[in-house]
Amino acid sequence: MNKKQKKVLKRIIVAAVLLVIIGIAGSVVSIPKWLEFLFYLVPYFVIGYDILRKAWKGICNRQMFDENFLMAVATIGAIALGDYKEGVAVMLFYQIGELFQSYAVGKSRRNISDLMDIRPDYANIETDGQMEKVDPDEVEIGTVIIVQPGEKVPIDGVVVEGHSSLNTSALTGESVPREVAVGEEIISGCINISGLLKIRTTKEFGESTVSKILDLVENASSKKSRSENFISRFAHYYTPAVCYGALALAILPPLVRMLFMGLPADWGIWIYRALTFLVISCPCALVISIPLSFFAGIGGASAEGVLVKGSNYLETLAGTRTVVFDKTGTITQGVFEVCGIHGTNCASGSCPVVSGHPVYTKEEEQLLEYAALAECHSTHPISVSLQKAYGRKLDVDRVTDVQEIGGHGVIATVDGHRVAAGNDKLMKKEKIAYRNCSCTGTIVHLAVDGVYAGHILISDMIKPNAAAAMQALKNSGVHRLVMLTGDDDRVAQQVAGEVGITEVHSQLLPADKVSEVEKLLRTREEKSTVAFVGDGINDAPVLSRVDVGIAMGALGSDAAIEAADVVLMDDDPLKIAKAIRIARKCLRIVYENICFAIGIKLLCLFLVTIGIANMWMGIFADVGVMVIAVLNAIRALFVKKL
Amino acid sequence: MKKTYKIDVDCANCANKMEEAAKATTGVKDATVNFMTLKMNVEFEEGADAKAVMQDVLKNCKKVEDDCEIFL
Repeated sequence: MNKKQKKVLKRIIVAAVLLVIIGIAGSVVSIPKWLEFLFYLVPYFVIGYDILRKAWKGICNRQMFDENFLMAVATIGAIALGDYKEGVAVMLFYQIGELFQSYAVGKSRRNISDLMDIRPDYANIETDGQMEKVDPDEVEIGTVIIVQPGEKVPIDGVVVEGHSSLNTSALTGESVPREVAVGEEIISGCINISGLLKIRTTKEFGESTVSKILDLVENASSKKSRSENFISRFAHYYTPAVCYGALALAILPPLVRMLFMGLPADWGIWIYRALTFLVISCPCALVISIPLSFFAGIGGASAEGVLVKGSNYLETLAGTRTVVFDKTGTITQGVFEVCGIHGTNCASGSCPVVSGHPVYTKEEEQLLEYAALAECHSTHPISVSLQKAYGRKLDVDRVTDVQEIGGHGVIATVDGHRVAAGNDKLMKKEKIAYRNCSCTGTIVHLAVDGVYAGHILISDMIKPNAAAAMQALKNSGVHRLVMLTGDDDRVAQQVAGEVGITEVHSQLLPADKVSEVEKLLRTREEKSTVAFVGDGINDAPVLSRVDVGIAMGALGSDAAIEAADVVLMDDDPLKIAKAIRIARKCLRIVYENICFAIGIKLLCLFLVTIGIANMWMGIFADVGVMVIAVLNAIRALFVKKL
Repeated sequence: MKKTYKIDVDCANCANKMEEAAKATTGVKDATVNFMTLKMNVEFEEGADAKAVMQDVLKNCKKVEDDCEIFL
C-alpha cells in the first residue's frame, strides 16, 4: 500500500470504530436527536471530507455528475432525513470500495510489470582489466560486454568467449534453458545461468530485442477494445440518466399520490428511495473491471510468451474461426535437414521415409561423407544441411579440384575419387543413369567415379508440435485451417497431410497470398475473424491485411514485431491455440462482468423503486458488485493451465 | 507528432474524463488515456507546440478531475 492508501485505511478504521461506538451508545442510553446528529457528524467528516470537497469543486467546474457529487448528495440527503447511521455507512463503504479498487489495481500493475521484468539496469565492460558497470545506452556496437551468472544479457550480440545456459523464460515462457557457446548469437533479456560470457554487441541498446519488447509491452493496451469503448459510452449516459431518474422518483410519485389519489405524499419515503438510486448510480464497477480484465489478460498472455499489442486484438482473437498459415517457418522449421540417405540397394519407388534421427549404415555414412566433403566450400543452405548431418569436422585437405556448376551442383575429387553431387540436371549433364526418389523434398544425387551411388533426401522439417497445434486449434473451435505457400504443390500437400490441414493453396507469390486472404475475408461467417500466422519475414502485407496478424518466433525478427498484432515469442505453433484460449477466457470474464454489474444494478434500481430494497442494498449494488467484478477481472491473469 | 506522458489518477472513470478533456483541447488531434498503465498518448495537430498544448491539456484535465496529474 502506498501513502495515500494507508491514510485512507486509517480514516476508514477511525470512522468505523466511531460509528460502532456511537451505535452502541445510542442503544444503551437515550441520546437526544440533536446530540446524536452531532455525534454522527464526527465519523462522517472523518471519512468523507475529501469526497465533499471534490464534489464542491466539481460543482464549481460544472462537472456535476461524478461519483463524488452522487455520494455527497446521497449521504447528506440521508442525514437530512434523519438516517444518520446509513448516511455515514454509505460514505464508509464507498471509501472501502475505493481503497480496495485502488489496491487491486496497484497490485495487478505490479504483478504484470514483474512478469515482464526484463529491463537490464547495466552492462559490464572491461577497461584495463577492471570490470566496470555502465548504462546499457552508452555501449557502442562492437563493444565486448561481460555477463556474469545470474545477470541479464543487456544487449544483443555474439558470444566471443565462454559457454553457458540461458534462461529465456521471461521472453518466451519456455522453461528449458538454452545452451550457448562461442560464435552463437544471443538475444538480450535472457538471464545467464551458469558460466561467464563475453559478448560482442551487434546492436545498440535501443535496437536490441529487450528494448523492442519492453516498448511493445508498455504500449500494449493503448488501443481500446469495443467493450471498453462501450463501457465508457455507457458510463457517460448511465450516471446522468440515473440522476434524473432519482429526481423524478423523488418528485413524481408524491405529487401523483397527493393530487390524483388523495393519499398522503410520503415525501420522506420517496426521497429516501431517490437517494438510494444515487448510491447505485456510480458506474465504478464497470468502468474499472473491464480495462482491468483486458490488462490482466494481456499480462497473463505475455507471461506465456504471447504478446498482444492491444485489448482490441484480444477481442478479435477470441472470435477467430479461421486460421491461415504460411508454411515455411510456421508449420515447418524453415531450415533444411537431411531426412534420408538412399543408397543403391534401395529399390526404385520404395524409398523409406525416416523420421527423427535415423541410424545410417556404413554405406549411407560413406555417401553422406562424400557429399559433405564435395560441398564443403559452399554456404548454400543445402550444403550446410549436408555438413550438419555429417556432424564431424571436415578435413578440407581431402578435397581437391572443386568445380561448382551453378544450378546443377558440385564436382570435386575426394580421396582420389571423382564425386559428382547435385540435382538431376547434373546427372543428365554427366550422362549418369539416376533414379528418382519417391519421397518429396530436395534431392541430392551422388555419383562416384561416374557410377550412380544413390541420393540424399533433404527437406524442410515439420515442427514437432505442428500436428498437435492443429488439433488444439480444432478443439478450441477453429474450424477452418488454411495453408498458403509459395512452395510446389507436392511438398505443400505432403506437409498439409501430415499436420492435418485440408485446405492448401500452393505456388503463390506474396501478392497472391494477399488475394487468397482477401477471398477468405469475404467468405467468412458473420462476426467471426480470420487470423494469419506467419514468421513475419515476408508476410508483412498479409499480416496487416487480416483481422489478426500473428507473427511467430519474434526473437530476432524485427519485421514481425512491427507488422503483427500478436507476437508469439518462440517458435511453438501450439501457442496459437493457447493465445486464442487466453483471449476467449479474457472476453468471457469481460462479458460476465458487464452482464453481472449492469444486471445487479438494474435489478437493485427496480427493487428500490418498488420499495423492497433499502440503502444497504444500494451499498451492495455499488461496492459489493465492484469488489466482485474486480476479483473476477483478476482471474484473467491466470492462464497457465489453459 | 505523438507523445506519451506519465499520468497519475485514482479512478478509471476519471481517466476516461481526462481522455475526453484532452481530446477537446485545441492542438490535440487525438488522445488516449490508459488507466492501467497510467499513460496518456497524445497526438498533436500539425504545427502545434507540444509544450504549450500540454499546459492546456493539464489545465482542462484539472477542471474535470481535480485529483489528477500529468508529468510533463
